[in-house]
Amino acid sequence: MKYAYYPGCSLSGTGLEYNISTQAVAPLLGIELCELPDWSCCGASSAHLQDHTLALALPARNAALGEEQGLSLAIPCAACLSRSKAAEHAVKTSEDMRAQIESLIDRPYQATYPVKSILEIFIDAGLDTLKENIIKPLTGLKVASYYGCLQARPTDFMDVDDPENPQTIDTIVAALGAEPVSWSHKTECCGNSHPIAYPEVGGPLVNRILEQAEKSGADCIVCACPMCLGNLDMRQKALGKKRGRPFNLPVFYFTQLMGLALNLRPKKLGLKKHFISPIPLLSKKDLLKRIKIKKVKNKPADTPVPASESTETPTPNPDNKKGGPA
Amino acid sequence: MKKVGVFVCHCGTNISQTVHCEKLAEAAKTLPGVAFSTEYKYMCSDPGQTMIKEAIAEHGLDRVVVAACSPRMHETTFRKCIDSGGLNPYMLEIANIREQCSWVHSDKDKATAKAGDLVNMAVAKVLKNEQLPSSFIPVHKRALVIGGGIAGIQAALDIADTGYHVDLVEREPSIGGKMAQIDKTFPTMDCSACILTPKMVDASQHPNITIIPYSEVEKVDGYVGNFDVTIRRKASYVDSVKCTGCGLCSEKCPSKKIPSEFECNLGTRPAIYSPFPQAIPNKPVIDRENCRYFKTGKCKICARVCTADAVNFEDQDEMVQIRYGAIVVATGYTLYDHSQYGEYGYGHYKDVISGLEFERLVNASGPTMGKIKRPSDNTEPKNVVFIKCVGSRDKARGHDYCSRACCMYTAKHATMVRDKIKDSQAIIFYMDIRTPGKNYEEFYLRGVEEYGVTYVRGRVSRIYEEGEGENRKLIVQGEDTLLGKQVFVDADMVVLATAMEPQPDAAGFARKIGISYDQNNFFSEAHPKLRPVETLSAGIYLAGACQGPKDIPDTVAQAGAAAAKVVALLSKDEMETEPIVAKVDTDRCSGCGFCIPICPYKAISFTDLTERVHGSVAWGPTGKEVKRQVANVNNGLCQGCGACTVNCRAGALDLLGFTNEQILAEVDSLW
Ligand SMILES: Cc1cc2nc3c(=O)[nH]c(=O)nc-3n(C[C@H](O)[C@H](O)[C@H](O)COP(=O)(O)OP(=O)(O)OC[C@H]3O[C@@H](n4cnc5c(N)ncnc54)[C@H](O)[C@@H]3O)c2cc1C
Repeated sequence: MKYAYYPGCSLSGTGLEYNISTQAVAPLLGIELCELPDWSCCGASSAHLQDHTLALALPARNAALGEEQGLSLAIPCAACLSRSKAAEHAVKTSEDMRAQIESLIDRPYQATYPVKSILEIFIDAGLDTLKENIIKPLTGLKVASYYGCLQARPTDFMDVDDPENPQTIDTIVAALGAEPVSWSHKTECCGNSHPIAYPEVGGPLVNRILEQAEKSGADCIVCACPMCLGNLDMRQKALGKKRGRPFNLPVFYFTQLMGLALNLRPKKLGLKKHFISPIPLLSKKDLLKRIKIKKVKNKPADTPVPASESTETPTPNPDNKKGGPA
Repeated sequence: MKKVGVFVCHCGTNISQTVHCEKLAEAAKTLPGVAFSTEYKYMCSDPGQTMIKEAIAEHGLDRVVVAACSPRMHETTFRKCIDSGGLNPYMLEIANIREQCSWVHSDKDKATAKAGDLVNMAVAKVLKNEQLPSSFIPVHKRALVIGGGIAGIQAALDIADTGYHVDLVEREPSIGGKMAQIDKTFPTMDCSACILTPKMVDASQHPNITIIPYSEVEKVDGYVGNFDVTIRRKASYVDSVKCTGCGLCSEKCPSKKIPSEFECNLGTRPAIYSPFPQAIPNKPVIDRENCRYFKTGKCKICARVCTADAVNFEDQDEMVQIRYGAIVVATGYTLYDHSQYGEYGYGHYKDVISGLEFERLVNASGPTMGKIKRPSDNTEPKNVVFIKCVGSRDKARGHDYCSRACCMYTAKHATMVRDKIKDSQAIIFYMDIRTPGKNYEEFYLRGVEEYGVTYVRGRVSRIYEEGEGENRKLIVQGEDTLLGKQVFVDADMVVLATAMEPQPDAAGFARKIGISYDQNNFFSEAHPKLRPVETLSAGIYLAGACQGPKDIPDTVAQAGAAAAKVVALLSKDEMETEPIVAKVDTDRCSGCGFCIPICPYKAISFTDLTERVHGSVAWGPTGKEVKRQVANVNNGLCQGCGACTVNCRAGALDLLGFTNEQILAEVDSLW
């Protein structure tokens, strides 16, 4: 499947590892991501506070560019996704709004190709395809899937499986061989930009999520939003100090975990870009090493080696340790 | 010469505010056939009606148009009025210039013009009206009450006391309904069983009441005064005549661990069971699904221990058909399933329970013998949080409506927690506190002032569990809108005041017996204010929570009212029927039979017509008798809906009072 890839601004800055891991994983699952030419900022957290129409027109422009190519947008960032879906919904439900938006962006926009989250796209590609390609199951890793607000709400236009207890990330985590924990704060708000501007408001919000994840017995948190990851990862040190007991919960993008299970090099997944380093956890769980795949001769080169064959021989290779980031 | 009188009503200011009534009456005078026209402030009042009667006499009017409110409101009033003025009651037409004009428009001139058109049409129609004669049908003097909750029991007792026979059909093994499960009742806190069980006994011993337990209504045919009802007696596998109700079978039954419906699954029951000790009738039934004999073919212990030889494994469902003059529907309500609330744990947290489950936990004869213990570990909860409006007043997830009883029963529950557990805390999250009943506000205040119940105004956004075993607690996260703050409350148990809902089969049941239901599936009364216990189907009445959420005092009052309506009907030997029915012009009827399946009341059938053919015809010799089939309308069954008339290809069917000629005259009058 081919999509117009819309990384959005965060993914070239704070969410770089989301960007590289997404682009690394997608082709392995038969998903073609072609970056949308001339994409612009979706306005995310600021535009809708200023001007309703502008806040819809900004993301509509990108979706309209995709539409010109006959492609759906593939969006990793939850905030971009939310704004784009809001624009799509507005255009579909109000002729009047559509006319306003079209005149602002100077091009037609019919919302013919649904904008999609990268999460949705991976799910659509089929968990079976994913499972078939797994080389290194993430056995023994207990994961708290965190969706935040924007992935699951508002239900008017975010077609989420269940707004109170969503399962999409959990099913991917389970498919990767890790263990999704059942916990209560999957969709609690992390405070968005408040932990930066008003730490006294945002801090407690992040704190609650971290504490609940800790209590659920998870080793780490996995999410699908650069803003959430930023808050949950970056604040741990300060919040740990405040409560007198450090937090140590690495926070991943789900695409990073996918990449690990698909045997990609940690470097390709940006695993070193986190404040709370996941490396100790991953090496403790023996998940850092790459599995060597024997090239089977006498077979046409383009026949992929069945994953099951290679996982059957997970001969630990001490040399490989060097290859991984220390 | 036909002489029409036009009477324009102001309805106080309801109409006159938007319609120039004087101008309207004045203009009507110029219409063809109108001999007299006037207006008055309240046409339905005594002076108004006298005005109509006097005008009939004085001006020799032979037909009348009243321009006023909807005919659903006062058509009957004005029919009676002209009847006593000496006219056939059907020589009346109503021009609805209130609901269909003044209430929905604001421009006075335009509204007056529209009212003029409406009056025009009514005059054109009334000129074509014919005198319609009423007919009479006999009334079968026996009543059926469906549903044996407090509503059904009360209605049955009230009808039976006047001397008519009543059958009380209940689908569970015992009558009693929800009230039997409740511990104490607000606002007096008398024990529910103490006021209910004597009534249950009265019903079972009343010479005029037959309780038909473990049965359901399968089909209702016929019409007011003569309903033919098919009742399915479900196989109970116990001969209720032979059974003495000793209870030995239940005691010896080896399958004892079946969740008890009566205990809201907080307790267990055997496979051969009576739902509760005070059940009426106190005859057990076998739950086939869970009975060891039915599952494995071996056991029959109950049959062996029964000294009366009452157990009969060969028992089968049985259909009986009985004729009734009137029916009371009292099928009650069910409760909203809180497992739909994801943020309250989807029903997965054992210690998040419903109000009815709480009733069983405080009930002296309940699974914990009246000691409040939380279900997860049977320990006594100290902090109990109550959440109101779960599924009520929640457009997103539940119902728009208010369930009416919850504010009061939650106040009751919180008081009971504080009363029974001394060092406890009872905290209620609420949106509003609604106590509109006699002594209700006082009851709620007593809870706050004397028992120290805490009220927090705001919705709960989430409940989550923390800790294991004895340390397991629930965290209730909500907003205190008076403080403007998020609050987190530790709770050992949370009680949800879940919405009262129609029975899950309410819509299907309504269709089966031919009554209407509203957008929420509660059964519809004929008029929200003036006919609160009647349905739109003559002879079928409503009582209790099947019509809308209500508490016991309102339920009992409504049951009494329904009984009075039934008695008024049964006290007549025959009753007058509405002459607005479909009529077949047999000359035109081709016997195609299209009208037969269209009729929702099964009122049309074929009948043979024998006629002599005159003159020369292609298909046979003249002067010969030929037989042909034509449609025939049963006036008792016909409700005058008109569905058949529009479907008749030959135009042979006409609805009396709404003939094609009358309708066309109305339409023509507009041009
Ligand atoms: C937790 C809780 C506490 C309450 N506490 C109080 C209180 O303290 N005071 C108070 O005034 N009110 C209280 N109420 C309200 C009270 O329960 C109702 O007002 C009352 O039960 C309504 O009676 P009913 O007969 O209409 O319905 P129900 O009690 O529901 O009875 C209906 C009966 O009809 C039967 N039935 C249903 N369908 C059929 C069918 N198709 N054929 C045959 N039979 C059928 C049912 O089995 C049932 O026996 C409380 C309600 C709740 C939920």
